[in-house]
Amino acid sequence: MFIKEYLTDIYKGTKSLLTGMKRTGYYFVRPREIITEQYPDNRETLVMAERFRGEVVMPHDANNEHACTGCTACELACPNATIKIITKFDITPEGKKKKALDTFVYHLELCTMCGLCVEACPTAAIKMGQNFEHSVYDRSQLTKKLNNPGSKIREGVE
Amino acid sequence: MFSLEGITKSLQDWLYLNFNPTWALVIECLIVIVLAIALFAFLGLVLVLMERKVAAHMQIRLGPNRVGPKGMFQTAADTLKLIMKEGLTPDGADKFLFNLAPFVVMIVAMLILAPIAFAKGFQIWDINIGVLYVSAISSLSVIGILMAGWASNNKYSLLGAMRSGAQIVSYELSAGISILCIVVLSGSLSINEIIASQQNGWWLFKGHIPVIIAFVIFMIAVTAETNRAPFDLAEAESELTAGFHTEYSGMKFALFFLAEYINIFIVCAIGATLFLGGWMPFHIGNWQDFNHIMDYIPSSIWFFGKTFFLIFLIMWFRWTFPRLRVDQLLNLEWKYLLPISLFNLLLVTVIAIFGWHF
Amino acid sequence: MYTETQIIKDTTQFSSNGHEGELVINVGPQHPATHGVLHLVITLNGETIKKVEPHLGYIHRSIEKMCESLTYRQFIYVTSRMDYLSAHMNNHACAMTVEKGLQIEVPPRAQYIRVIMDELTRIASHELWWGAMAMDLGAFTPFFYAFRERETINDIMEETCGARLTMNYMVPGGVMADIHPLFQQKVKDFIKLFKSKIDEYDELVTGNIIFQNRMKGVGLLSKEDAISYGCSGPVARGSGVSCDIRKLYPYEVYDKVAFDEVLENEGDSFARYMVRVREMHQSIRIIEQLIDNIPEGDFQAKTKAVLKLPKGEFYTRVETARGELGVYIVSEGGTTPYRIKFRSPGFSNLSALDHMARGSKIGDLMAMMGTLDLVIPDIDR
Repeated sequence: MFIKEYLTDIYKGTKSLLTGMKRTGYYFVRPREIITEQYPDNRETLVMAERFRGEVVMPHDANNEHACTGCTACELACPNATIKIITKFDITPEGKKKKALDTFVYHLELCTMCGLCVEACPTAAIKMGQNFEHSVYDRSQLTKKLNNPGSKIREGVE
Repeated sequence: MFSLEGITKSLQDWLYLNFNPTWALVIECLIVIVLAIALFAFLGLVLVLMERKVAAHMQIRLGPNRVGPKGMFQTAADTLKLIMKEGLTPDGADKFLFNLAPFVVMIVAMLILAPIAFAKGFQIWDINIGVLYVSAISSLSVIGILMAGWASNNKYSLLGAMRSGAQIVSYELSAGISILCIVVLSGSLSINEIIASQQNGWWLFKGHIPVIIAFVIFMIAVTAETNRAPFDLAEAESELTAGFHTEYSGMKFALFFLAEYINIFIVCAIGATLFLGGWMPFHIGNWQDFNHIMDYIPSSIWFFGKTFFLIFLIMWFRWTFPRLRVDQLLNLEWKYLLPISLFNLLLVTVIAIFGWHF
Repeated sequence: MYTETQIIKDTTQFSSNGHEGELVINVGPQHPATHGVLHLVITLNGETIKKVEPHLGYIHRSIEKMCESLTYRQFIYVTSRMDYLSAHMNNHACAMTVEKGLQIEVPPRAQYIRVIMDELTRIASHELWWGAMAMDLGAFTPFFYAFRERETINDIMEETCGARLTMNYMVPGGVMADIHPLFQQKVKDFIKLFKSKIDEYDELVTGNIIFQNRMKGVGLLSKEDAISYGCSGPVARGSGVSCDIRKLYPYEVYDKVAFDEVLENEGDSFARYMVRVREMHQSIRIIEQLIDNIPEGDFQAKTKAVLKLPKGEFYTRVETARGELGVYIVSEGGTTPYRIKFRSPGFSNLSALDHMARGSKIGDLMAMMGTLDLVIPDIDR
């Protein structure tokens, strides 16, 4: 009885070990199952998801115009003081003073990519970009100015 | 194909022709030393790369593939890095023993190389008790490990070394008894004669089930003896960081690392010699034509092919199984492997006495 | 340098306490076995553990204090950084607390999406745990197999939520964006893939004799102890304590779906292991019931731009991958919480470690830590 139990133990144990080895052996002889992504080499074919949050960008159209009114909703929504909006006063053709965006300062080094600023923006002036390769040699390069030089607000955006 | 057969013979003849016997011996020794060190360095590079590639493919990865074609120079680059690194000796360590330990482990690994037949007639020392010599010397490596663990003045190292001591000493038994099975069957302790006795078939096939059991036990025991997973308790990284070589860095660490792989190579070479016929080609009884074709493949290819197959087997174990616990490790040896191998030895002896093997 | 005095000092330290033969070793904060910066001071007698003392605080970022200066919309994203493996559930708990305070009715579509996301995150978390625990026991290969499936979930998350780990997808009143058009198809593909691969897990780990010997009868935690240590989640359920918040206090659509609360009564490491493996199957079952039935409608309720919780105290709890997460908000009526407190599952689960580990071997301690599924940022916050 004891001998029988002893031998069953050995048989079961060996069988379970061989099952495991069969599984690893299965993958060893099937190189097609390899899932490694050779990242810097596959840059050309690498497609990031459309919603991927890599950084905040401000799209400009062909006339170098953006949709930011300088309302600072994003600045208020940001949990980490990543965004700083500097406004100026434009004189409209009617001679009125109007608040407008001077500089959209974006501190990438503070950003956690939570997307709350994009949610808060009433005019969809900013969105999340897909670029994720942010490494630079100097920290000051991470402080970015999002509006292009000489850009102005698009006609009709209030 | 390049063959190592007979090279030693012609070299010796040439040396004795041109020098007096003393100088010939000295030159021979020098050649052996250079060859042994070269083999060690080369094996270290190849086996580490092989391990990484085998592991990678089992883990659905690619493995090293940046340095050189298919990552072939990766280990060479790693070695270069290790040579450049500072070899630290921790405060409070026993400096002499600490620095001695890696060399002890390495020298022990080198000593076992002597009686191994790499090809037909290519052997450093054809000693008539080769198998006994190998078993005796291989148990010395535990001294180096204990030395390293004690001298490091580190609790992890000490625990690792103590585990390793218990482990190597107990698994020596069943490995020795498995070796004894073949000694009983072939009736000789000389490596050359054991190989010659497999002229008409390897012992694994000739010796019925008892030899297969002996082979399995031998593989398990040597895996444990070389401190490889699933028996890598001495360096269990999730428990003891790196076990006995936690405090070693730079080239001293590399020596431990190298010794581990050399030990694997040696035990697999012994396994291939005893159970798979060493350099002996694959022969089937009286099939003269088939045996002739097999003889065309150089004996060194046979030897290295078999050895690397066994090394692959050991790597396969490592990348599949979880680690045992220290008490389970000893249970496995004393409750399972040892009784089975003792009983097995009895069976083999009966087979040998009645000549029931093929 | 090696000096006589040092040795003498050390020996006096050992003998003066009357603890001769004891060995005190530090596991962590930098150690391959502790996933993160957990520091365990272990008192050993040979290989046998006499005492385990967890030291915390290495990754304390004062998230609770930080949340007090953030508005009710902003503080949700920080909680992703607590238990980063169940980020969705953390966000979910916070969003639910705010909704409770503001009496916001979450649209059914958002509820369905939230639950699917929670369950996907639970599977991802359990996958990672499975691989990491096998690695604690010395088997490296399962880790990569687990990550292969987990990667699929991460890709689904990335496509819909915009991030792989710290999604910040929940907002008070619903979810941040509607699901991606391909979401349903991809989740169904994942379920198919997962079902075809789950057998490998059993082949490689569950059935393995070495693994079973390492797990069975090790790290026993009785039902009474599990309750008294305040354990929750799979740790408590492995001891037979019925504590699934999804079943006991259903939130969102958990009362509409059929699933079993996984219970094992042994209370050892293997029971906790089996609870998690079986929970993955239950999560798949929940997703299968919901994925085709996501109702049409808004994904977010209309909320005011500035959220102000009425004066009072609000508490909600959800079942994260590790157990019961409670969010307790005290509001003074302003835009930011007056005080916020998280009842994290990892902390109370860790407190049972000393009780479980006494008398077992060092190797077992790693197995126990594996089955407790500790995420250190969750314990420290």
